[in-house]
Amino acid sequence: MTSLPIEGVPPRRPSLESRWQSLAGNDRSDRIYRLILTMLALALPAMILIILAVLFVDALPALKRFGPAFLWSSTWDPVAQIYGAAPMIFGTLASSFLALLIAVPLALSVAIFLTEFSPRWLRQPVAFLVELLAAIPSVVYGLWGIFVLIPFLRTYVAPPLKAVLGWTPFFQGVFYGNSLLAGGIILAIMIVPYIAAVAREVLLAVPSSQREAALAMGATRWEAVRSAVLPYGRAGLIGAVILGLGRALGETMAVTMVIGNRHDISASLFQPAYTMAAAIANEFSEATTDMYLSALFEVGLILFALTVVVNAIARILIWRVARGQAIGSRAL
Amino acid sequence: MSARALRRHITSRVTTALVVVLSFVAVLTLILILGNLVLKGAASISWAFFVKSPVPVGQTGGGVANAIVGTGIIVGLAALIGVPFGVGAGMYLAEYGAGRLGFFVRFVADVLNGTPSIVVGIVAWTFIVKPSKHFSAFAGSVALAILMIPMLARTTEEMVRLVPHSLREAALALGYPRWRTSLKIVARTALGGIVTGCLVGIARIAGETAPLLFTALGNLNFSTSIAQPMQTLSLQIYVYATGPFEEWHRLAWASAVVLMGLVLVISLTARWVTRSRHGRLR
Repeated sequence: MTSLPIEGVPPRRPSLESRWQSLAGNDRSDRIYRLILTMLALALPAMILIILAVLFVDALPALKRFGPAFLWSSTWDPVAQIYGAAPMIFGTLASSFLALLIAVPLALSVAIFLTEFSPRWLRQPVAFLVELLAAIPSVVYGLWGIFVLIPFLRTYVAPPLKAVLGWTPFFQGVFYGNSLLAGGIILAIMIVPYIAAVAREVLLAVPSSQREAALAMGATRWEAVRSAVLPYGRAGLIGAVILGLGRALGETMAVTMVIGNRHDISASLFQPAYTMAAAIANEFSEATTDMYLSALFEVGLILFALTVVVNAIARILIWRVARGQAIGSRAL
Repeated sequence: MSARALRRHITSRVTTALVVVLSFVAVLTLILILGNLVLKGAASISWAFFVKSPVPVGQTGGGVANAIVGTGIIVGLAALIGVPFGVGAGMYLAEYGAGRLGFFVRFVADVLNGTPSIVVGIVAWTFIVKPSKHFSAFAGSVALAILMIPMLARTTEEMVRLVPHSLREAALALGYPRWRTSLKIVARTALGGIVTGCLVGIARIAGETAPLLFTALGNLNFSTSIAQPMQTLSLQIYVYATGPFEEWHRLAWASAVVLMGLVLVISLTARWVTRSRHGRLR
């Protein structure tokens, strides 16, 4: 490595930047250039509006027919044309929170280890490995889930869980394989590298003066991390976790392949469940009636709205630590 | 050492150890998964696998030549559509993005980056498949391009921002108009980074499955027409993994290794491009 390590943000020079911005093109070609770039940039807000509009229009028949009861009704009967999304909403939230429960301690440890404790030579390889794992396609995780994770859970994890915690409502029934538990675990495995990569970038954006000040005051290494680094990066770390949540909520393929796909609400992690994304993936091509299709679009609308809100919150939190940086875009 | 200092010392050691152990557990699990995938897949791969199309159920052998070509076509077309928008939006954000509109576009890009890909898939279905009344590779490419644009915009912006201001000022001082400075000096200096961003974006969409389910659909035969359904590696893995036949499962593992190899090669190329032009960026 020949270049100096750049910690997070390259130093900004707002004065130069604003000077550059204020050198307004009075030339016609400059104005045209700016106009073209602006049009290309406006494609992004246009995209979000178009997605929203399409989902809304296509969901309109179902919205009119079922009203807000769609959210809490749990009947999903394509024959009788009655649709309610409660089981999917439950399954989506339950699998995502289970995933967070498992993934957050692991992912934050990786990020803290990489930025604070790791020997220098280990940082780049591990960071690269984490980014690499974040790039493994969802469908490959699903394949692995079907043929490796589920047999493993059935043999080594479900029986002891049943023996020890079988009396709680969370481990009732027989574990056949495809279940909320399998869905939550596969999601956890998928979001660990993602949360770790974003959290690492957040911690890298914490100025080293924070650490140095704490260490100079006589703090131990952990105390420096806990009292100077983590509080500074707190908003961003929460943002990283919420970003992971957003990803888990919308994750489709891997979950569809292991969660069991049954319209049911059960507190037991051993039972099959459903998520909104999985329902669209499974049923969209069999939706033969307009109302069925419309109900699936409404599911899509709910999912989209949910992830937009979650991601917006995550971004605001991350920007509080690392203003305007494209954190995590490389780890997608 | 006083009792208090000792306690602080021990706390520090214990928590550090905990962090180290947890991160080793995480990284080790991930390495095991990766090794597992490679071993399972490598065992089922052969030369015929790359050059043949699938055979009917019941026969053994056959390959994924159609899916490999299909992935190339769909992803290539998606990049053709997505790169101009993504890079253009990124240039805007870097060059003119200090104001309120820039802030807004940046925020929207970050939010869109987290959009579930299945949602983009059904939107592309409404826009292209429904009016044209048949599934097509083109619809799949559009869906993938939509997923790619916000990410490209952000990475391009980040890379362009690394170009020193002194370069722009030098060009302006020599009498270059702004647009030429931006294209010939700034964009060219950041080219390595921009290419990296594009490659990372391509690696990401190459593995996408959900947006293709109702657009490109999949195709068991060899097809190169973008107006027709087309197979991709990701769709093939999904169909084969969830199917009932042993032979299909074997092909699914082999396809997974090919797909991961593809993603890995693109990612490594991306790193190499940045490193050779810029040194380390982050």
